[in-house]
Amino acid sequence: MTSAVLEVEDLSVEFGTEDGTVRAVRGVGYRLDRGESLGIVGESGSGKSVTALAVMGLLPTGAKVRGSVRFEGTELLGLSDARLSDLRGSGIAMIFQDPMTSLNPVYNVGYQISETLLRHNPDMKQRDARKRAVELLGTVGIPSPERRVDSYPHEMSGGMRQRVVIAIAMANDPDVIIADEPTTALDVTVQAQILEALETARAETGAALVLITHDLGVVAGHTDRVAVMYAGRIVETGSVEDIFYTPRMPYTLGLLGSLPRLDREEARLTPITGSPPSLLNLPPGCPFSPRCPMRRDVCDTDEPALRRAGGDLHLSACHFADELVDTGADQVFDAVGADTEALARFADAAPATNPEEDPV
Amino acid sequence: MTAPAQAASPLPPLPGHGGTGEPVLQVRDLVKHFPVMSKGIVRRRVGDVHAVCGVSFDLYENETLGLVGESGSGKTTISRTVLGLERATAGRVRYQGHELTELSRRQMRPLRRELQIVFQDPYASLDPRMTVHEIVAEPLRIHGRYGSGAGAEVSELLRLVGLNPEHGNRFAHEFSGGQRQRIGIARALALRPKVVILDEPVSALDVSIQAGVLNLLMDLQSELSLSFLFVAHDLSVMRHVAGRVAVMYLGRLVEIAPARQLFARPAHPYTQALVSAIPLPDPRKERARKRITIQGDVPSPVRPPSGCRFRTRCPKFANQLTDSERTSCVEEVPALVDRGGGNPVACHYAESVELL
Repeated sequence: MTSAVLEVEDLSVEFGTEDGTVRAVRGVGYRLDRGESLGIVGESGSGKSVTALAVMGLLPTGAKVRGSVRFEGTELLGLSDARLSDLRGSGIAMIFQDPMTSLNPVYNVGYQISETLLRHNPDMKQRDARKRAVELLGTVGIPSPERRVDSYPHEMSGGMRQRVVIAIAMANDPDVIIADEPTTALDVTVQAQILEALETARAETGAALVLITHDLGVVAGHTDRVAVMYAGRIVETGSVEDIFYTPRMPYTLGLLGSLPRLDREEARLTPITGSPPSLLNLPPGCPFSPRCPMRRDVCDTDEPALRRAGGDLHLSACHFADELVDTGADQVFDAVGADTEALARFADAAPATNPEEDPV
Repeated sequence: MTAPAQAASPLPPLPGHGGTGEPVLQVRDLVKHFPVMSKGIVRRRVGDVHAVCGVSFDLYENETLGLVGESGSGKTTISRTVLGLERATAGRVRYQGHELTELSRRQMRPLRRELQIVFQDPYASLDPRMTVHEIVAEPLRIHGRYGSGAGAEVSELLRLVGLNPEHGNRFAHEFSGGQRQRIGIARALALRPKVVILDEPVSALDVSIQAGVLNLLMDLQSELSLSFLFVAHDLSVMRHVAGRVAVMYLGRLVEIAPARQLFARPAHPYTQALVSAIPLPDPRKERARKRITIQGDVPSPVRPPSGCRFRTRCPKFANQLTDSERTSCVEEVPALVDRGGGNPVACHYAESVELL
């Protein structure tokens, strides 16, 4: 018997478009134990949000979803919308990026929290639901909640609204909270407050957390394990220590090397050249190979599987993961900036015409 | 030249602000208010958004000065006002002997060659109907410098920012975000400016792409001896690129210091809260950090708090000060002066703290 609350296996999502099939998610699998927190990081278009939506059954009908998503042993894929609705909120709750669009502008926030409570507790009285809503608003750190419960979303700041969304997510004591870029739209000081509210929500409900973000700093502070996504796949996964201190996938190493840091002075960043591949007609081989400085012939033909690299739960999808032991980003990636020759020519060249001549 | 011949000597430097060499751009007591109008048919002015209130700084030659703050702090308004894209309500902007705030559009025009800007959004700041070659050539055309050999010059500019000149006949939408931002940089460099204002140049980009653009900017700055006014909300980026950093809160400058000092020993409670709030991509350090958190949101700039604008969220004001000490926070606007820590801080009770 496992203690996993959420198991995702070989999940793939495809969208049909006019230009062909977009393979947004390609065989993603992870396992979330009770109370644990997993960070999913990746850049835009890596498939992290689509994976979350597929788990929640929130993708549009045109999406082709395959694989398996089990919540406490129950298979969710293929479940009717009515059955899923029973689960959403009470079993798995979701926090979206933009609180302006995830709250309904025509109802006050108290109503929106009560609505979730009453949906899963039909016997609850209106008055009790309201009382609980006030309590929840207080828990997530909204000042004078008894007054704020009657506010409409537009009367609140972005940070406040996100707190309301967290209150709604924790209302029915879920076992899993999936937070999709919960702080991306917010200023840093407010981000710190929201992450604190999220920690409170987890402590109160004991829920496991899937935190989807592009911010490696947020992941470092708030999750136990990390999965790095690239081009619709998990390319590396392990404990936060594994990922941050001993990355075994060139992409992860590149991400860490391209990050300017507040706590140290780096002479030069090491960017990853090029851009992520289009998920339409993805060529064979490792999707990272066109940008990878370690690329060899085999990378263009065989897509590496997610294999053990280092510790038991540290997996990497790279043919040459072993070569990355004790290697820094600056040893693998070039610190490219301006084209040196062009820059020297530009610096030497005189302006084309006399600068004193005024055309106006 | 149509610019007035009032070639004045530079203003005296601001005490303690640091910076070496000659100041290129001097901003003194800059104020920008935007009117708030009432609703209805007769729209009356009912108040002002106090976007920028009495900001002074010097930008020196060959340096990167960072302007950092959260949304609504007025950092973008400063960059637009300095360039005359917005009319200043009050204050002076001095560039090489010219008072920019007093110049007409016509008088300003020749100076625009030397003062360029790169905008935040690489999707909105490039004309979708122009090819990349045309976009980069446009400043040359406007200023009458598109003669023979200009085509080669544009190709050279594209090569300089890391783009393939053969792609010059493509349109902006065919490029990724990072490449578009490079196009914007090439356009800003076309007239060989002395000062470039970078308004959140990398905030729309993914980290792996962002690093390349930052490297490019740093190379250009050092090789071409440019002065950068780098506006951003990301402190990590700031620490990496800027020599000196000015921190803004609700339209005012609250602290200015060399980057190294500002992040190692911030003295203003707001700077401390900002530094504390940035998550470090290092699990052990991140979990062991001392934090100074602040509550609430930024107050409305239409009715900013009296005295120190940060007092409504200040942890020091709330937890450490006595009632009599608080009086000065409420009644007196703290001046931006050195309070013994070695750099100017606008806090009556400034105290350096090590946070990293």
